[in-house]
Amino acid sequence: MWRDATLVAGRDLRVEARSRVTVNQVAPFALLVLILFAFALDPEGPVLERATPGLYWVTVLFSALLAIARSAKLDEADGVRDALRLSALDPAGVFAGKALAVAAELVALELLLGAGVVVLYGADPAGVGLLVATCAAATAAVATAGTLYGALVSGLRVRETLLPLLLLPVLAPVLIGATRAFDAALGGVPADGWPWCGLLAAFAVLYSVAGALAYGTLLEGS
Amino acid sequence: MTATTPAGPPSGPPPTAPAAGAAGAASTAGGDAGRRPPAGAGPAHTGSAATRVIGWLALASLALLVLYGLIISPADREMDDVVRLMYVHVPSATYLYLGCFLTTLASGMWLWKRTPGWDALAETGAEVALVFAFVTLLTGSLWGRPTWGTYWTWDARLTTTAVLTALLAGYLALRRLDVDPDARSTRAAVVGLLLVPNVVIVNRSVEWWRSLHQSATLARIDPTIEGDMLVALMVGFLALGLVFAWLTIHRFRVAWLEQQADRVDLDAALAARRAEAADGDPHEKVTPA
Amino acid sequence: MEPVVHLRDAVALLGRFPALAGVDLDVERGEIVLLRGPNGAGKTTVLRACAGLVPVVRGEARVLGHDLRRDNRPVRRRVGLLGHATGLFEDLTVADNVTFWGRAYRAGRDDVDAALAVTGLSTRLRDVPVARLSAGQRRRTSLACLLARRPELWLLDEPHGGLDHDARELVDRLVRQAVAAGATVVMSSHDLDRAEALADRVVELAAGTTVAGRRAEPVERDERAAAAVTPEQGAAPTAVTHVA
Repeated sequence: MWRDATLVAGRDLRVEARSRVTVNQVAPFALLVLILFAFALDPEGPVLERATPGLYWVTVLFSALLAIARSAKLDEADGVRDALRLSALDPAGVFAGKALAVAAELVALELLLGAGVVVLYGADPAGVGLLVATCAAATAAVATAGTLYGALVSGLRVRETLLPLLLLPVLAPVLIGATRAFDAALGGVPADGWPWCGLLAAFAVLYSVAGALAYGTLLEGS
Repeated sequence: MTATTPAGPPSGPPPTAPAAGAAGAASTAGGDAGRRPPAGAGPAHTGSAATRVIGWLALASLALLVLYGLIISPADREMDDVVRLMYVHVPSATYLYLGCFLTTLASGMWLWKRTPGWDALAETGAEVALVFAFVTLLTGSLWGRPTWGTYWTWDARLTTTAVLTALLAGYLALRRLDVDPDARSTRAAVVGLLLVPNVVIVNRSVEWWRSLHQSATLARIDPTIEGDMLVALMVGFLALGLVFAWLTIHRFRVAWLEQQADRVDLDAALAARRAEAADGDPHEKVTPA
Repeated sequence: MEPVVHLRDAVALLGRFPALAGVDLDVERGEIVLLRGPNGAGKTTVLRACAGLVPVVRGEARVLGHDLRRDNRPVRRRVGLLGHATGLFEDLTVADNVTFWGRAYRAGRDDVDAALAVTGLSTRLRDVPVARLSAGQRRRTSLACLLARRPELWLLDEPHGGLDHDARELVDRLVRQAVAAGATVVMSSHDLDRAEALADRVVELAAGTTVAGRRAEPVERDERAAAAVTPEQGAAPTAVTHVA
């Protein structure tokens, strides 16, 4: 299964490397959202600073929607689903591979946005350990749940509007958890943040299992 | 009747639950009746002896609830009359979760057994749950207004209910898609199966979150319940439970009938297709969706 | 010996619609069988059912010894399906695609290289993204992906469609080579002259059934001689069995 996952992840990332959609479109979009938040909230006052963790993660979520939609679209291409079904690839492996590819793109985005908030909002990255762990867990959570729901709406005419509707409520706990963990890290009380990190990890585990189990059924069923 | 079970007989297996269970188990509050799909061929309408009984009982207990809730039970020491909303709000939230549980259970069973009755039940559970979600949100909001002056508080239960409403809306949107019915049911079933886990996670995280801020919570102000207030609450559970059962049975039957109407008798379809070979103009054929 | 494909009164559904309403088909090893019939007759569905992608709900269906009614997944690895769709990733190059699908199908490195060579995809083309290829070049790439897995049963859905003369020649050549190496081919095509010259026999489909509801009887003919004859020179007629 892991060999299949690596193969698929490699393929997805190679597509990204050749088409550069994440780099050229999603990343600028993410930075733009950060800037828009600054316009919406007064950058001089304390509001932006206090809201930084939340704004950061909201931006990550919106960008993730784009990345996940793109990842799902890859396998909607002409005849690819048939070819996947005919292949010897383990559907769980395909799921894992796609989730890994999305996760890799998200990590890159998060680093970029991290730099963005430090520069644009003047955030002070303290409690790095917790920050990194939170990013890892949240990324895993978003990537696994996203890949599953991406597959759920794959091929439907209304997928662009249905994906956010399905995925965002599901990711609400991730937003809560990641933001609280970041609050704790930046506020200098990391001990408060670790339990949230644990919640994110549990979420990621749930969706990894769910995705691995359901992906095959979804491939066949439509 | 399903025409898409691989290697299965084309004449549909009836739902696995025993037939006509609705009649006997009808009167119990708590919506157990909703789980037993009625057997066999389509009735002319979705009412039956069972639903009439339940319906009347529901109306009666709602009347009783009004009596107890508004008149007999005393106003709370701290919260005055507003507490009366609780007699609706708390049971409503409970039945909301019950509906979600039904959907998840039915979705899982459908993915396992692929009998259409489970699919209909999954849809039913979600729709009825949505009704109760609105009731919960409404009563919660009304409670907030006089107590804290706002229509919305980020109370844990209320917030969870709001997210849950969004989850249900997404599920129901997925169900309404115009695609091949079996594909639609499969996709919806995966979402439905994840509904309860999602609710649990959302609940945990929201409650935890709100507990950090010692802000207004409905739960924290839950008054000590005793005497007439307890009775009123029990009546609330009973009344709303009967309403839940009534809605579930009717909605299930509607869903069931819809599926029956959709379902193509495989033999008839085969006969039609073979007849095409004999006389139809092959270039006029349109593959149905 | 058991036929490679055995369908008897097979019923297959696309959603609720009985695309196949009772198809009879027997294909022996090493045969090239052409499915013929109007649009909507079910030719594509027969091919996909044999590949194990469309479930067969009634009748008998055995392909390469696998009972498709019980589980249609094991047969998938042993067949090669070339459909209307390319099954390629537009953003990736030819080499990327063939390598990916080669590994997905567990084909060996040598098979992949050989497949690329034999489909006439020059080394120059291999690093071109599929999006920039012509239809014929894409079809060659899809063929290369199919070849790399060396399937025992080839299922070709209108392989000549949209191709120029040279590309069609290539398809025919590859088919003959595959059969010579022991594979079996079932195909559909609207280029009837070419396809009938290539095929050993023809099965007529209409409205999801094998016309006349009976097995198409093969008539022996010397296909080696026919292979040496191009369609322009007037191929020997194939054994055609259908009810007028």
